[in-house]
This record gives sequence, structure tokens and C-alpha cells, in this order.
Amino acid sequence: MNLAIKAVGIRKSFGNHEVLKGLDLEVAYGEVLCILGPSGSGKSTFLRCINHLETPNGGYVWVDGAIMGYELSRGALQELPIKKLRAQQSQLGMVFQHFNLFAHRTVLGNVIEGPMVVRGLSRAKAEAHAMDLLEQVGMAGKASSYPSQLSGGQKQRVAIARSLAMEPRVMLFDEPTSALDPELVGEVLEVMRNLARGGTTMIVVTHEIGFAREVADRVVVMIDGEIRETGAPGQVLSNPADPRVRSFLSRVLA
Amino acid sequence: MPQPSSPSIAALSLADLPGRDVAVRHLRHPGRWISGGIVVLLLALIGHAFAVGQIQWLVVGQFLTAGVIITGFGWTLLISACALVLGVALGFAFGIMRLSENPILRFAAWLYVWIFRGTPVLLQLLIWFNIALVFPRLYIPGLVDERMVDVVTPFVAAVLGLGVNEGSYLTEVVRGGIGSVDSGQKEAAHTLGMTPGQTMRRIILPQTLRLILPVLGNSAIGMLKFSSLAATIAMGEMLNAAQRIYFINGAVIELLFVCAVWYLAGTTILSIGQYYLERHFGRDAATATSERRWFRGWARRPAVEGEA
Repeated sequence: MNLAIKAVGIRKSFGNHEVLKGLDLEVAYGEVLCILGPSGSGKSTFLRCINHLETPNGGYVWVDGAIMGYELSRGALQELPIKKLRAQQSQLGMVFQHFNLFAHRTVLGNVIEGPMVVRGLSRAKAEAHAMDLLEQVGMAGKASSYPSQLSGGQKQRVAIARSLAMEPRVMLFDEPTSALDPELVGEVLEVMRNLARGGTTMIVVTHEIGFAREVADRVVVMIDGEIRETGAPGQVLSNPADPRVRSFLSRVLA
Repeated sequence: MPQPSSPSIAALSLADLPGRDVAVRHLRHPGRWISGGIVVLLLALIGHAFAVGQIQWLVVGQFLTAGVIITGFGWTLLISACALVLGVALGFAFGIMRLSENPILRFAAWLYVWIFRGTPVLLQLLIWFNIALVFPRLYIPGLVDERMVDVVTPFVAAVLGLGVNEGSYLTEVVRGGIGSVDSGQKEAAHTLGMTPGQTMRRIILPQTLRLILPVLGNSAIGMLKFSSLAATIAMGEMLNAAQRIYFINGAVIELLFVCAVWYLAGTTILSIGQYYLERHFGRDAATATSERRWFRGWARRPAVEGEA
């Protein structure tokens, strides 16, 4: 098993409220991991700690040979300059609940922004790659539209293409379908399903139990800032050992 | 058609309901006609009063295109443009500083706004004009060594005074504009690996600019008018030129009217420019600025011109 991500003892507090209570997690290349849990359990915060959108108060994240945001020096974690942190962050693709497409750029402009500005690709190369990706998510026909002209599902598919354009090692999804109208959820899940089939390493924070059951290799259930259950979806979803996980699942599956 | 004597909804039985093509008679609005008439009358009275008042309209027409006035208006435009550029530059610089992580930069920007927004712009103009009393020489080793009075001419004093003052207002505008760009935009840029500088330049500032464009338009219009204050520091802009003429020929009101005509012409053109600028930048419909139709008759083309 080739490890992509190893999170060690991640703790995070907002004020006096301890959101994450020392989480450990390993994700292998090619694996699709779904993180489930009631709202407020800290699953989004955990995801945001993994790519350092939130700086953990304790613990660290190892991503394919380097520690996010730090380098090990004389037995301590030395903070990295912001530019190096950003370079690390660009190795983890992030898809947000609210899409966060750049409002002043077209669909194509959104997808080529990272490759051109961060990678220094030529416009022609970036556009060619971007059109391939937009084709892949079924949005090539809207390349010159602005985000405000798209439906939620379309925006999310563009956001996925934008993340993929940086050719990240791992894709992180933060409740990608939670802000969508019910009839638009399917098109986004379909794109994600295809990614998973293609071997993309994915960590998906979601409420879509059906998606987790069908696509995930492994499911993690978080409650109150702790991982309470982890394992194959069939086992965790049908026969959880932890009583609190059982009560959470009985509520969402009801 | 006979009107029902006591209209009661309950009295209308199903059998009496009209067909589906029944005509609709709209309410009349006699109030609108009356108020409109009163305003037209008042306008006519005011117009008549000025027509028969003691104004030599011929003199107004004569000086409207006088060389001194045109030159003065040229200076007015130049001062306004330079001061606006300076103000916008300072506004963005200090607006970004206001949101810095560095408390010293934040404090410096706060101090700038506190001083220059907290004192009258006329006072600031006079201080810039007389700055040589404080610093007789401008001496920067290896670069400049001159008498201050030679450096800070009335033109320079006017541009500095108006620009630095405007910058203090725009600092707050820019700060508000940056603050109202959704924080998700920044996060998305960070996850793509963009540095803080790239994020600010390519993602935050373009969206800020769109948000504050209406305010910048107002600044330009305001600046054109405030430049008349430079008349007090012997800057030969339009108002100053008019004053020098009427000190000689005594046609005070006539020359002031000439100025009014030119200022109105200038602000009108700026308003039109602002409208088109906002419409252009409002293209993605992310901001609704292009919905502010100041003069509906001018351009009726839709703000969103479809997909290219």
C-alpha cells in the first residue's frame, strides 16, 4: 500500500471549543475515502486542516514525502514560508460546498488560472488541457459563460475541473453536493464516480450515504471531533460497532 | 355602461361573471397630471425670472469660448485627473494596508485616514501651498535639492491637496470593497497554490474594482468640482480665470454662469462615461451596478449581452 496522506494527532480549537480531538488518518493512493458524521462533528474542519486552509493547533499532515506547512528541522517543525506552503497546497485539489468559482472569470478562465499563474503554463497549453477537463465534466459547451450564468450543479462540475487542472495528487471534496438542489446532485456525483473509477485518490466529506456505500473503498464516521468508526462501507454502514455511530446512521438512513 | 351603485364583491353572483376576454379599465392618475403641471409652471417661472433678470446673456455666450476660460477648464481637467489618479493609488495602497496582518501598517493607514479625512480639504490645500514655510528646501540626497517653492507650485499643491484628501476617503472604500469579496474566493485561490500577492492582484482586486466602480465614478465627478477650490491658492484653473476676468469687467454672475455651464458639461460627460464603464464591468452580472440607470433614455441595450 502506497500512502498518499498520513494525518497525525490533528487537533483544532476555535476559542474554547475543541473541534478536533487528535485525529489520525491514513489514505493510500487510489483509495476513495468518505467521511460521514452529523453536522458539527468537525468533518469539514478536518478536511480543511489536511490542506492547511485551517492551521491545526496540534499534530501534522504528511503528504507524499513532506509535512504540510512545515519542514522537520532539528527535531521540531519549522514553519515554511507562505510560497512553499502554497506549492504544497496545490498538490491537494479542493472542491468547496459553495463552489467558490472566480466570479470575474469565465468557465475557461477559472480552469486555466491555476496552471497559468502557479505553474507558469502558456495560455495555449493551459486552454487545451482545460478544454479536455471541461469535456470530461460535460461543461465544454459553457467554456465562455460566467459562473453567474450557471446552475449549481454546473458550477460544481467546473470547480472540479478547476481543481483537476492542477493535477493534484489527492482530491478533497467538502460537502460538494450539500448546496445543490436535489435534482442537480446526480450530475455532480456522476462526475465524482467517474473520477473514482479512473483511480483518483479522493477524500469526500459528504452526507450522501448512497454515494459512500457505492463508491467508497473505506468509510470514516466522525462524531464530536473524533473518529468513532472506520472500515469498509458495507461493514460500517450496515453493522457499526459504536452505539453513537449506530444511532447517527439510523437517523440518516431512516 | 352603467356603474353599479354600491359596488360589493359579495353581490357578484357566478351567473353574472364576464367572459374570459373581458376588458380591463385602468385607474386614472389625476394627481400625476396636477403635480407635473405645477412643476412645469415653477420651472417656467424660474426660467422667466432669469431671462428678464439683470444678466447679460450675450456676455455669457461671449466668454463661454474665451481663450482664458478654455485654458482654465483645461487646467481644471488636468488637476482633477491627476488628483484622481493619485487618490485612487493612495486609496488602494492604504486600503490594502488597512487589512494587513501587520499592526504597524494597519496603524499607519488608520493615521492617514484619521488626519486627511478629519480636516477640511480647503485647509489641506492651503497647507500644501504654504509647505515651504515648514520645509524651505526639498532635499533627498543624490536625487533632489531644490527650493520648496519651486517644487510645490500651485498646480502641484492642488494635485497633492485634492489627491491625498481623496485617497483618505477611497482608503475606506477600498477596505470595504475588499471586505465584501466572498472569502471563499481567497480560499479557492490558496488551494490552487496562488501566493497572497497573486490572490490579491488577480482575484480580489478585480472584483473589488467592480464593487467600488460606482463610488469611483462619484469621486471623479466630485473631484472635477472640488478642483475649483484650487482657485484659492492662485492656481489658474477655470474659476480662478473667471474671477480674474470679472474683477476687471464686473460681469460677476455672467462669468460664474460660464463656469457652471462648463462644470455641468464635464460632470455630464463623466456620468455617461461612468454608465458605460459600469455596464462593461458588470458584464458577469456578479454585481448589479449596471442596473443603476441614471438616465434611462440614453442607452436601452441590455446589460448582459448574452454569451459570446
